[in-house]
Amino acid sequence: MDIVVCVKHVPETAEAELKIDSSGKAVEKAGLVYDINEWDDYALEEAVRIKEKQGGTVTAVTIGADDSDSTLRKCLARGADKAIRLTDPKFDGSDSYAIAKILHSVIKTIHYDLVLCGVQSGDGSNAAVGPILAEMLNIPHATMVKKIELATGTAKINRELEGGLEEQLEIRLPALISVQTGINEPRYVSIMGIRKAMQKEIKVMTLADTGLTENDVGTAGSWITVDKLYVPPVEKQAEFLKGTPDEIAAKIAEILKGRGLI
Amino acid sequence: MAKIFVLVEHRQGQIRDITYEMLTKARELAEKTSAELIAVLLGKNTKELAKPLTEYAKTVIAVEDSKLENFNSEAYKKTLSKLITEHKPSLVMMGHTSYGVDLAPRLATALNLPLATDIINLAFEGETFTVTRQMYGGKVNVKASARKSETYLVTVRQAAFTAQKPPQPANGQIAETPSPLTEEIAEKRFLQYVLPPLGGVDITAAEKLIGVGRGIKDAANVPIVEDLAKTVGAVLSCSRPIVDKGWLPSDRQVGTSGKTVKPKLYLALGISGAFQHILGMKSSDLIIAVNKDAKAPIFNFADYGVVEDLFKIVPPLKNKLNELRAQKA
Repeated sequence: MDIVVCVKHVPETAEAELKIDSSGKAVEKAGLVYDINEWDDYALEEAVRIKEKQGGTVTAVTIGADDSDSTLRKCLARGADKAIRLTDPKFDGSDSYAIAKILHSVIKTIHYDLVLCGVQSGDGSNAAVGPILAEMLNIPHATMVKKIELATGTAKINRELEGGLEEQLEIRLPALISVQTGINEPRYVSIMGIRKAMQKEIKVMTLADTGLTENDVGTAGSWITVDKLYVPPVEKQAEFLKGTPDEIAAKIAEILKGRGLI
Repeated sequence: MAKIFVLVEHRQGQIRDITYEMLTKARELAEKTSAELIAVLLGKNTKELAKPLTEYAKTVIAVEDSKLENFNSEAYKKTLSKLITEHKPSLVMMGHTSYGVDLAPRLATALNLPLATDIINLAFEGETFTVTRQMYGGKVNVKASARKSETYLVTVRQAAFTAQKPPQPANGQIAETPSPLTEEIAEKRFLQYVLPPLGGVDITAAEKLIGVGRGIKDAANVPIVEDLAKTVGAVLSCSRPIVDKGWLPSDRQVGTSGKTVKPKLYLALGISGAFQHILGMKSSDLIIAVNKDAKAPIFNFADYGVVEDLFKIVPPLKNKLNELRAQKA
């Protein structure tokens, strides 16, 4: 089974403090640590597990600057066979639609039985590229997938709904599946493994190689363009408890006591 | 007359809350732009479901078809494509839910309509359609504009708008509309609902909850907060990443994909507060949050906040509570 996995190199921001840069349209990238997008990490792991069971190939594709190579190296170390990076300054400002067009231009030239994506990226959180790409490739898709069982020519998949409920669907292959976190446990990749993967080639492509024009990508080729970023207005804020950890602990204990909670 | 479509989200005979949240916001927009508000209901038995919607919408387009009994994004795409092409609404709204996320991007691509997802606000500003959404787990807001189009498509975040019944019922008409689906969707078939496993811990029944998030860092640290939970007499719960990593079982998860809880105390440790988590716990009586990042969204929902590493707070808190207990006894 030949699988294409779409991955993105993103900053880890769950515990980072973010600042908006001088353009007002992006956050300051300095000081942020980048890694493979969390959802894509699960998609990659799922692809490699399928390959280990069934044979075939895994191709990782990304769009981004040359520093995205570290994410592609991780994919190769984890078990991907090939890696493709699409890099061009003209891609800047692309929304989900433009990103899907760029991915489509490459994936349509590759043989695949399955395309795997993460449900969303941790930075933009649009959750849109997967189904857009599926429509462009004219293959069925399913999003927010927590389980994949492959059969001949079809797959049974579980989609996450709400409150722990799931729905089970059957989709025809080839298909695009966007994977939800928690579908598997991504394996640890050793530094040695990543070093070994350094020997594998990363194919780099630019706008000229995609068959697309300037007008198809970037803000010109997008549905949506960013006007400005701003810190969310605070409607209500917590009363902050200050002091040494001991003092803070005493204050929390007093609050709980005052409310009859202990 | 301009039209606004709101896609009715329903499952197993129940209209979901997001529908009324969207209808409330859509009514406001419809009044501003002199548009007709239309609820679009696709399903197998639409008659009963359509009734409450007439209170909100001028028209309820009801498409009845056994092939629409359970949500199927492909069946919905085909049906909505036809309705959008016929009615040319200026705006189509659907939930940023497991249904909308599966449907909207593909529908937008098929019709080449600009789509903005997970929006928390939207407006027609002169000739421009603008949206507000969030990036980086809610730490940054984005104002964005859509490419000019006859029709715009959005998916709306749950609880971004508060549902309110109109002051005057709309007394809408139900427009029964034939289904355009001629055959079963063969490439994507609904099989069944899969219920979460029974048994385990019912965190919705707990009076006191301690919620842990990414800040816990490692599975090996779980006993530290378990210990505190014992001292407080609380049940241990968590945010999504902790379940994804397998550090706690899924019955402990608070949030849209887990449980909605309303305890007397919710003590959030190392949880930044992604909106999916917030939706599951914001109605708790007392929320105390401990997080290293002063700008974490959780502090906008907590009553008390502590900007500190949870591991610096948990041990002295446990000691303090034990002291108070001893005094009592």
